[in-house]
Amino acid sequence: MKKTKQLFVGVMLATIGLQTAQADYTLNLMQGVTKVSNDIYDLHMLILWVCVFIGIAVFGTMFYSMYHHRKSRGHQAANFHENTTVEIIWTIIPTIILVAMAIPATKTMIELDNVQNSDMSIKVTGKQWYWDYDYLGTGVHFESHLDAASEKAHRDGSDPHTVPHYLLNVDNPLVVPVGKKIRFVFTAADVIHSWWVPDLGWKKDANPGFINEAWTQVDKAGTYRGQCTELCGRDHGFMPIVVIAMEQPDYEKWLASTLAKQEEKADLSDLSREQLMTKGSAVYMTNCVACHQIDGAGAPGDYPALRGSAKVNGGIDPLIGFLQAGTSKMPSFAKLKDNELAAVITYIRNAPELGNKVGDEIQPKAITPVYDDE
Amino acid sequence: MSAVTAEHGHDDHAHGPEKGWLRWIITTNHKDIGTLYLLFALAMFFVGGSMAMIIRAELFEPGMQFVDPKFFNSMTTMHALVMVFGAVMPAFVGLANWMIPMMIGAPDMALPRMNNMSFWMLVAGILLIASTLFMEGGAPAGGWTLYPPLVLQTGKALPFAIFAVHLLGVSSIMGAINIVATILNMRAPAMTLMKMPLFVWTWLITGFLLIAIMPVFAGSVTMLLTDKFFHTSFFDAAGGGDPVLYQHIFWFFGHPEVYVMILPTFGVASTIIPVFARKPLFGYSSMVYATASIAFLSFIVWAHHMFTVGLPISGELYFMYATMLIAIPTGVKVFNWTATMWKGAMTFETPMLFSISFVVLFTLGGFTGLMMSVAPVDFQYHDTYFIVAHFHYTLVPASVFILMAAGYYWMPKWTGHMYNEKIGQLHFWLSAISVNVLFFPQHFLGLAGMPRRIPDYAIQFADWNMVSSIGGFIFGASQLLFLWIVIDTIKGGTGEKVSDEVWEDAHKHGLEWTLPSPVPYHTFTTPPSVIPCDHG
Amino acid sequence: MSTSNAYYIPHKATWPVLATAGLLTTLVGFANYLNGSSIGSTLMIAGLTIFIIMIAGWFTLQATESESGMYNHGVGVSYRMGMMWFIFSEIMFFAVFFGTLWYTRNLSVPWLGGEGAKAATNELLWSGFSAVWPTNGPGNVGGHFEPMGAFGLPLLNTLLLLTSGVTCTWAHHGLIAKKRTQLIQGLIATVALGFLFVLCQAFEYHEAYTEMGLTLGSGIYGSTFFMLTGFHGFHVCVGAIILSVVLFRSAKGHFTPENHFAFEAAAWYWHFVDVVWLGLFIFVYLM
Ligand code: HEA
Ligand code: HEA
Ligand code: HEC
Ligand code: CUA
Ligand SMILES: [Cu+2]
Repeated sequence: MKKTKQLFVGVMLATIGLQTAQADYTLNLMQGVTKVSNDIYDLHMLILWVCVFIGIAVFGTMFYSMYHHRKSRGHQAANFHENTTVEIIWTIIPTIILVAMAIPATKTMIELDNVQNSDMSIKVTGKQWYWDYDYLGTGVHFESHLDAASEKAHRDGSDPHTVPHYLLNVDNPLVVPVGKKIRFVFTAADVIHSWWVPDLGWKKDANPGFINEAWTQVDKAGTYRGQCTELCGRDHGFMPIVVIAMEQPDYEKWLASTLAKQEEKADLSDLSREQLMTKGSAVYMTNCVACHQIDGAGAPGDYPALRGSAKVNGGIDPLIGFLQAGTSKMPSFAKLKDNELAAVITYIRNAPELGNKVGDEIQPKAITPVYDDE
Repeated sequence: MSAVTAEHGHDDHAHGPEKGWLRWIITTNHKDIGTLYLLFALAMFFVGGSMAMIIRAELFEPGMQFVDPKFFNSMTTMHALVMVFGAVMPAFVGLANWMIPMMIGAPDMALPRMNNMSFWMLVAGILLIASTLFMEGGAPAGGWTLYPPLVLQTGKALPFAIFAVHLLGVSSIMGAINIVATILNMRAPAMTLMKMPLFVWTWLITGFLLIAIMPVFAGSVTMLLTDKFFHTSFFDAAGGGDPVLYQHIFWFFGHPEVYVMILPTFGVASTIIPVFARKPLFGYSSMVYATASIAFLSFIVWAHHMFTVGLPISGELYFMYATMLIAIPTGVKVFNWTATMWKGAMTFETPMLFSISFVVLFTLGGFTGLMMSVAPVDFQYHDTYFIVAHFHYTLVPASVFILMAAGYYWMPKWTGHMYNEKIGQLHFWLSAISVNVLFFPQHFLGLAGMPRRIPDYAIQFADWNMVSSIGGFIFGASQLLFLWIVIDTIKGGTGEKVSDEVWEDAHKHGLEWTLPSPVPYHTFTTPPSVIPCDHG
Repeated sequence: MSTSNAYYIPHKATWPVLATAGLLTTLVGFANYLNGSSIGSTLMIAGLTIFIIMIAGWFTLQATESESGMYNHGVGVSYRMGMMWFIFSEIMFFAVFFGTLWYTRNLSVPWLGGEGAKAATNELLWSGFSAVWPTNGPGNVGGHFEPMGAFGLPLLNTLLLLTSGVTCTWAHHGLIAKKRTQLIQGLIATVALGFLFVLCQAFEYHEAYTEMGLTLGSGIYGSTFFMLTGFHGFHVCVGAIILSVVLFRSAKGHFTPENHFAFEAAAWYWHFVDVVWLGLFIFVYLM
């Protein structure tokens, strides 16, 4: 039985291994790019080999016996049913093995736990369904959503193979400097999420109302991808993480430019209808599509349809107010800049894919702060 | 040979079964109730399996194909709940009902009316949870672990799901109390504790686990209910509570719960393997102690499911060490089974085939369990398909395979008909191969970084998912063979007349083989005086 | 009909199915009620009615069977075991809420207040909150409230329940000594004390809700307080009802010194409820 299995798996491995040309393809755990992730990888390999070794011993004995001690070969059954010595031996040996495994595991655990002496802190907030990053003390603060290409592909059924890094790409990646000890503090706004980048070697849950801490030090510049790993609702599968590790000077440049961009005032000049609709569509894809869906149909029982909604197709001011205030079930969108809000409102009132056709357009200047977040 | 006869027709108690369908509703007979449990469990296996097929179909290739992401999550949740509470647990209760009185020489279960009630409560609970599939807002979609705050976002289904858990809890507690009382109180005078078949032993311990944990689960979901509807703050930091508290309580239930599904499995394997090795079970008493140790340890390791929730380091280390310890008693069991086969005179009928593959594949699942018990490494494994592979190895080719083995092993005794061995063997080989095609690649997926509970995935996971799905479809389809065999055997099977002991020399291994096949409606109205005891 | 030394196996059980139907209807009703559906309460009433009929019927059946000598010693042992394990499961149920109280007092609230392993929680999310018990959390959930003191009604209630434990045992002695008046008086006293306890608790709750601002919604203190005392109070009611049934049967001349499982079961349950109260008094009120 086991032979058949091995043969089968072997053949499959070979055929599939051959046709898979993907570079990031692995069968084993990733080694990662930090010291801790390498320690973890070593531990993983250690236990794996221990298990393989014990497995060969146990199954070997069993299959030997199954082959030789068969009735069809005329083997007569012995009648022993106890042997204290062997029983003691096979209790003690595993115990020793376990102790031997526990020692390096404890070391790594203690290392992982030590968030002291970090060079910088980043606050990570999980939200349904995107990540919110706050570089503590620098003023840099942004959201990181699934990128538009993946978002579109998984919603309209187009071929995922055509999308680069399908489901593993974001609009605003997390950027960190190499060689620095970075402390992360995790929390969540709504439900539990979990932040995992395999190359860093760990994941950590983001619990609403509490802070969890973890740290990393990336030694190799590069782009590392991961995903949310705690079921957090409908779009749990669609909130990836991208970390870009940069050399210190590049990082500083990035930090400065991000800060500058962030502080830029929104451009409130009038836009053409096309501009409003294009921008609106993008804002919709980032902020609204998760609940109201790509065709505006919503999800019966959870999220109302925008298609044909009286509120969408009715007066503008109540709509602006509604979006800025939010409700107990829908988040407030006061965070959108006036031009974004104007665009998305124009879009939901007029987009053919949402089935609405009011025929008007709303300019950024028309947005009045009904509800202010600050 | 057998000091026991089942002739008691003139005895006042020995009514035959009630006529017609009413028999099945108001029955108090342990065999009837056992049959009800087993058939219900089989049906639920197919229901839960169909949901798994929907999961595997959606994951066949990347991109969203068939279902909405939320419905996918509902399927994951319901698949697990139906399989755990509707299929595997009831199936073992069914076996307990059928076999325990016959194995210990009792006339029936200790509390026959309650026995009937625990079955119907189970049906009520499953009906209630299944009804949520048709509700506004859909069935629960927060995973079978029902973690808040996510599960509190469930629509109308939430209170129904919670009450279903209450009913299932009541059912399990009553079933377990009955089994424990039967074992402790109803044994034939000559049946001392250390002569009991291991299946009985494992159920005694499992019964204890169930009585201890089901109320805990009931309590945890009650707090979900009050958090949602009565403004309490158990799991809300703003009020001083903590969502992680739920996880502690859930896993205090949940970890022993998985052993509830494996301990009786061990018992059945320990019953079947000696018969086909034609040798007494090796290390009977160490098997008993190992089972008890596993049960004890199961209460103090729960947070190994929570290594990434941010426990203080002392907690992480403690739960890591405690969890690793479980490998020792479990290892004793695996070694004992191997030693039982050693120098036997083995034959490989379907029950034995399933039992051997159980030992191998369960050990595989145990190994991955051990890997995950190492906290820092679990930081990588947690909530990936590596876990999914781990627990399906311990649940499908372990628990479910042993249930199949038990079916093949005892069906001739129950029905008086022999099953079709050829089809049985075919069922075995198809299942054993496809189950590995189904679950082995999931290890690779998990290690490569695929999270669990996602309806769509990145391109690099495509190949192994497709392999896994194909394995899943073959495995699912193979189970239709089992269905066929069950129906065929009930209707007459091969037509061969089966002897009382069915398997060669089986009467040395258990009282049930001293009874006629098929077993009469009432057995052991007077306790047997001679106890076969082939374990030292 | 049956010889008294054979283990009695009942046949044709109709009450269990009815029990299931009653419970299912009640729960479906309650779920509908919680979802705001109008048929909820009707279903609940219907379900409870079925359930009460079932209880009455099943208890009567058991009593008749018992009195007609159908239960041999073995059956009695099974019943006792059943009751013991049932009480054990109840202990585990209460353990959940005691555990919750322990966890929130010793872990989550201190963490929120910046102590221990998760100090950053306070610093980044809830600065200004300091951990003291009782609390309704950093969000001041449910607004201002006054905690429940230990030495008013709760102390009285402790005395009531402890006394009822004594009267219950006194009744048991009466039963064993074949002093039926003592049995009946003891039971009457026990039941009366039980209901008096419930009455006091009702007063306590009323005061909490109307005067102290203390409700189920008062953060974690209110949640644990009402959950623990509420479930306990519910158990007192159940225990008192069972004892009433036992009282009723005693009055009808049931039970012998050798054979009185129903009495024992009720007494065990009562003592269990007593012990839980002691735990409550210490951990909820005193500490
Ligand atoms: C029947 C079910 C069953 C069984 C028997 C087990 C057995 C074990 N499980 Fe498993 N487990 C589950 C069902 C089961 N599990 C489920 C359902 C989940 C996921 C729940 C969810 O999240 O939805 C889970 C998850 C789970 C986790 C959490 C992972 C995570 O979410 O991050 C962990 C971590 O420690 C774990 C560990 C173990 C261990 C150590 C054992 C041990 O009992 C295994 C012991 C056996 C062996 C080790 C093999 C035999 C031994 C030898 C041959 C001796 C010599 C060996 C050595 C010394 C190496 N399990
Ligand atoms: C005892 C428990 C048990 C059993 C028996 C199974 C059996 C199976 N499980 Fe189960 N599973 C769990 C318990 C179990 N599972 C748990 C606890 C989870 C975690 C849930 C969570 O995350 O919350 C889970 C999650 C889970 C996932 C992960 C989902 C996710 O993370 O999103 C997957 C994916 O492949 C899966 C697949 C399967 C398959 C293919 C089977 C197969 O073995 C099923 C085979 C049976 C049949 C297929 C039925 C019989 C056949 C027919 C009905 C005929 C029709 C068939 C065809 C036409 C092909 N399961
Ligand atoms: C997290 C989910 C979620 C997101 C994201 C979301 N909504 Fe909503 N939306 C809801 C829910 C829930 C309601 C119903 C609100 C209620 O009844 O309290 C709603 C209601 C509405 C309504 C009123 C519909 C009606 O007919 O009553 C409009 C208009 C609307 N949303 C627009 C938007 C826009 C525009 C965006 C993005 C900028 C957005 N929503 C993002 C969940 C969401
Ligand atoms: Cu966020 Cu899963
Ligand atoms: Cu576990």
